[in-house]
Amino acid sequence: MKHDFIDRYSRLESPVHSIEPRAKALAIFALIVICVSTPPQAWWCFLVYVGILAVIATASRVPFSYLLSRALVVLPFILTVAVFTPFTKSGEIVLRVGFLKISKEGLIILWNAAVKSLISVTALIILSSTTPFPDLMRALERLKFPKFFTTVASFMYRYVFIIVDEAERMKLARDSRNFRGRWIWQAKTVGHMIASLFIRSHMRGERVYQAMCSRGFEGSFPRWNDPEMRLADVLFLALVTLAALSARVSLLWH
Amino acid sequence: MEVIPLDREVAIRIENLSYTYPDGTKALDGINLLVRKGESVALMGPNGAGKSTLILHLNGILIGDGKVEIHGLEVNKKNIRKIRSIVGLVFQDPDDQLFSSMVKEDVAFGPLNMGIPPDLLEFSVKRALEWVGMSGSENRSPHHLSIGEKKRISIATVLAMEPEILALDEPGANLDPRGRREISELLKTFKTTKIVVTHELNMAAEICSRAVILSSGRIVADGPVADILSDKKLLLSAGLL
Repeated sequence: MKHDFIDRYSRLESPVHSIEPRAKALAIFALIVICVSTPPQAWWCFLVYVGILAVIATASRVPFSYLLSRALVVLPFILTVAVFTPFTKSGEIVLRVGFLKISKEGLIILWNAAVKSLISVTALIILSSTTPFPDLMRALERLKFPKFFTTVASFMYRYVFIIVDEAERMKLARDSRNFRGRWIWQAKTVGHMIASLFIRSHMRGERVYQAMCSRGFEGSFPRWNDPEMRLADVLFLALVTLAALSARVSLLWH
Repeated sequence: MEVIPLDREVAIRIENLSYTYPDGTKALDGINLLVRKGESVALMGPNGAGKSTLILHLNGILIGDGKVEIHGLEVNKKNIRKIRSIVGLVFQDPDDQLFSSMVKEDVAFGPLNMGIPPDLLEFSVKRALEWVGMSGSENRSPHHLSIGEKKRISIATVLAMEPEILALDEPGANLDPRGRREISELLKTFKTTKIVVTHELNMAAEICSRAVILSSGRIVADGPVADILSDKKLLLSAGLL
């Protein structure tokens, strides 16, 4: 079966793809932290952040439509919460629609959540679309991220497709036996399917571990070919951070 | 078929080995087996006979009651590192064996665990892929490979450790006839001691000179592959026909 990858486009060749993963990850994280700490009223700061991302995205040759569609998948979850605040937050009323009152404070909160989540999510998507997932995990590990997290994420990346395939086969087998009905009747069957999927995954985990031990695994992952930070990588990191930081810091004089 | 002289050094010596799974299933019941260096042995038997359990004892993944010796070294916690560098185990499902996101990482995994010098690594990965006819697939991702290709890479991940004993669990499973034939031909080119778990008679005849039949955790027959495979009565009673 065919699957989409979270790091699709990550093996293209471009100036952005060739930047050392640690430098790239740090630059993106710095941008996100600076963005999130910006007061919502400083709208032109956000323009600078979007500009930085636009330059990186263009240089990476990853299609804009792809970046945008990915960002749109994540956003609804964040926005569902934020979208109600203009109605519920008390304060200066800017608009009345029937019995609904829209407050200025609520609108600012909505804008704040929307713009910051959009910029952060897009930044992360640019990072994951220009860095192969294994390289990204290794970079995080070298940046002293908890090993537990990176190991779990790496295994998930490898096995999620196999588990999805297994679920897909179970679903086919179920539907072949004329399974139908409304969701409340399905609940029991679906429950059983989840349980047996869990057991299968657990058993697979056991076998994978045995196969690893057979090849001398003793608990820690060996590594090779770690890339070194070059001058260009440091420059990229400095440039992105300084550009965002100067917009943020200039607020202090206004 | 090469005849292994009886005075050849012993590769595997198993004495009175029994194993019971934690749930109470008796998988092995008093196994005695002696394999000499360079021999290729087909381990045959119906499902649940204990074939896979037996090969998991060869490198100490399972440790049962009785004695297992590899190249004169007893399989125990103390020798496990050395033994795992001698015995290469290829699992039945390549998705169990290939856990990395890139082929070269999987092939490098064993040698790195064995502490190979970094400058030799690239070469060792390249050579292992060459041995299985998969040169140039270093940067591919396992979920983009066909089952036959995955099997080959699985074998390469073990060959990269240069094992002296190669144990394969159902190398022909899930392959179409051509894939099976190609794997057979590939395995024939390896000169190491080989233990091949299979219930395919053709494959046994092609790769191995000796066949051991397992049934309910016991060895019920052991002899030259031609003799065993021509004994219809035996094959029927062992569930192989």
